[in-house]
Amino acid sequence: MSTLPVKREKSNKRKYFMEKLSGKVFLFCALLSVISLLLIIGFVFFKGSKPFIGEGYSIVDFLFGNDWVPSENQFGIFPMIVASIYATIGALIIGVPVGLFTAIFLAEIAPKSIAKIISPAVQLLAGIPSVLYGVFGLAVIVPFLQNQLGLIKGQSLIAVILVLAIMMLPTVVTVAETAIRAVPKSYREGSLALGASQIGTIFKVVVPSAKSGIMTAVVLGMGRAIGETMAVILVAGNSLIIPTSLTDSIRPLTTNIALEMGYAFGTHQEMLFATGIVLFSFILLLNFVLARISSKGGN
Amino acid sequence: MSIVQFVHLGGFQMIDKRKGMVLITLVLTIILFACGKNEEKSGTTNGNAATISISGSTSVGPLAEKLAEKYKEKNNVNIEINQIGSSAGITNAVNGVSEIGMSSRDLKEEEKASLQETVIAYDGIVVVTHPSNHVKNLTITQVKDIFTGKITNWKEVGGDDLEIVVVSREDGSGSRDAFQEIVGYSSGELVRNSIIASGNGNIKTTVATNKHAVGFISFEYIDESINTVSINGVEATAENVLRQKYSLSRPFLFVHKEENLSDEGKKFIDFILSSEGQKIVRETGAIPVKM
Repeated sequence: MSTLPVKREKSNKRKYFMEKLSGKVFLFCALLSVISLLLIIGFVFFKGSKPFIGEGYSIVDFLFGNDWVPSENQFGIFPMIVASIYATIGALIIGVPVGLFTAIFLAEIAPKSIAKIISPAVQLLAGIPSVLYGVFGLAVIVPFLQNQLGLIKGQSLIAVILVLAIMMLPTVVTVAETAIRAVPKSYREGSLALGASQIGTIFKVVVPSAKSGIMTAVVLGMGRAIGETMAVILVAGNSLIIPTSLTDSIRPLTTNIALEMGYAFGTHQEMLFATGIVLFSFILLLNFVLARISSKGGN
Repeated sequence: MSIVQFVHLGGFQMIDKRKGMVLITLVLTIILFACGKNEEKSGTTNGNAATISISGSTSVGPLAEKLAEKYKEKNNVNIEINQIGSSAGITNAVNGVSEIGMSSRDLKEEEKASLQETVIAYDGIVVVTHPSNHVKNLTITQVKDIFTGKITNWKEVGGDDLEIVVVSREDGSGSRDAFQEIVGYSSGELVRNSIIASGNGNIKTTVATNKHAVGFISFEYIDESINTVSINGVEATAENVLRQKYSLSRPFLFVHKEENLSDEGKKFIDFILSSEGQKIVRETGAIPVKM
C-alpha cells in the first residue's frame, strides 16, 4: 500500500542527485579555464620575477636596456618592445582601413550573392594556421621585397607589418561587420529620407553609431598582432636593433621567447619568462581598454 | 551521512561557494607544481647497477645522451650525464667529481698532464653563401671581420659590389658558440643588424634566397642550394677535418683520469669507438673518427 510513494520518493532523489551532479560537472568545466589562466599567470610571473628578486638584476635595465647578449649576462629588451609596438601600429594602419571597408561592404553595399562568397573567405582566413602565414611571408613577401624593391634583405619591419595586417583582417572584419549590422534600420532610413547619399549615410550615420563595436574590432586586431609569434619569426629577421626604418629587420617580444627558449637555461630562461610578463602586460592593457569600450558601448 | 544525503542537502553548497572555488584552484595549482618538482628529480635509476658519471660540454651532451641511451639498452648500467660546459666538465674529471668529462675544445697543456683524452667524434662548421656568390675562399680573419661588421661589402673580399647580410644562429646555440669560439669573436661583437635564424635549415633557406647573405651551418646540411666557402684555402670536407687541416672544426672529447676510470666506463668508451657507436655518431650529424 505504501510502496508507491516510496518508489516516487526514490526516483525523485535520483533526479535531484543527477541535477546536482550535472551542475557540478558544468561548474568544473567552467572553472578549467579560470584555473588554466591562474596557472599560466602564476608560472610565468614566478619564473620571470626570479632574476629581479633573487639575483639582483635591475628591472629598469631590463626594460630600457639596448643590449640583449644572454651569453654575457646582458638582458635589455627595449629594442624588442619598440619593435613590437612599431609592428602592431604598422599592421593597424594597413589592416584597420581594409578590414573596416570590407565590413562596410559586406554589411551595407554588397549584393547577397557576392557577400556569400566573401564572408566565408574571410572566415577561412582566420582558420589558417599562423605558421602558414609565416611560410607564405617567407616564400612570397620576403623575396618580393628583395627582388622588386631591391632591399638587401626582405626580412624586415615592412614584411612583418604586411603579414600581420593580413592576419588581423578576419578579426577586424567579423567584429566590425557584426557591429554595423546591429545599427537599427531606422537610422539609415532616416538619413536616406533626409536626402543623404548611401556613402554619406554609411560614414555619417552608420559608422558613428557602430563606433564602440568598431573600436572593439581594432583592439582585438591589435591583440592578434602583438601576440603573433610563428608567422613573425620567419619574416622578422630577428635582429637586435631599434628599427629606424621600415626596411630594418626586427625582433618583437614574442619571437625573442620562441627563438631562444630551446637552448636557454638558468637566468637566460628566466629572462625569457620576464619577456613574457612584459608581453602579458601589453595584452592585459588591451583587455582593460576593451572592457572600457564595451562598458561605454552599453550606455 | 551518505553521499546521496550529502548531495541532497546541498552538498558543496554547505561550504561557501567562493571559498570552494579558490580552494579547488589552489589544490590543483599545488598538485601541478608538485608534479613539476618530482619530474626534475626522477631519472632512470636501475637497481644496484654501476653508475658512470659524465659531465661537461653542452655540444657533446646530446651525442653522449644518444650513445648512453643505446648503450643502456644492452647493458645493465646507469649513465648520468650533466651538461655543464666543457671547462666545468674538465675540472670535474681532474677532481674526480665525474668519472668522465666531455669537452668540445682541445685540452690545454696543464690539463693534458693529468688527463687521458679520447676523440669520440668531430664537429665541422662551414661558411655558406648564395650560389651566385663568386667568393670561394676566405681567411679566418676575413670571416671574423665580416661577422663583426668590419667588412660590409663583398667587393672587399674579392666578390661583387654587394652589401653583406650576416645570418647567425640564436644566442645559446651550440653551433654558434663553437663558431664564435673558433673564429674568435664574442656574442656582443656580432654585427647588430644580422638576421638571426633558428636552426641550420632556417639559415640555409635564408642564405639560399638572398644573394647578399653569409651564414654558417653544420656539415650535414650542405647541399646544392648554397655555396660553401673554403677557409684559408682548405675545402670544407670531412676528410680535411680528420686530417686536421680544416680550421672550422673541433673535436668532441671524452677525458678521464686513468685511476678514476672504472671497467664500466672503459667499456662505454670502447662502445663509442666501435663501428656501432660511430654509426650513432654519424646519425646525430657529427663526423665519425673513423671513416
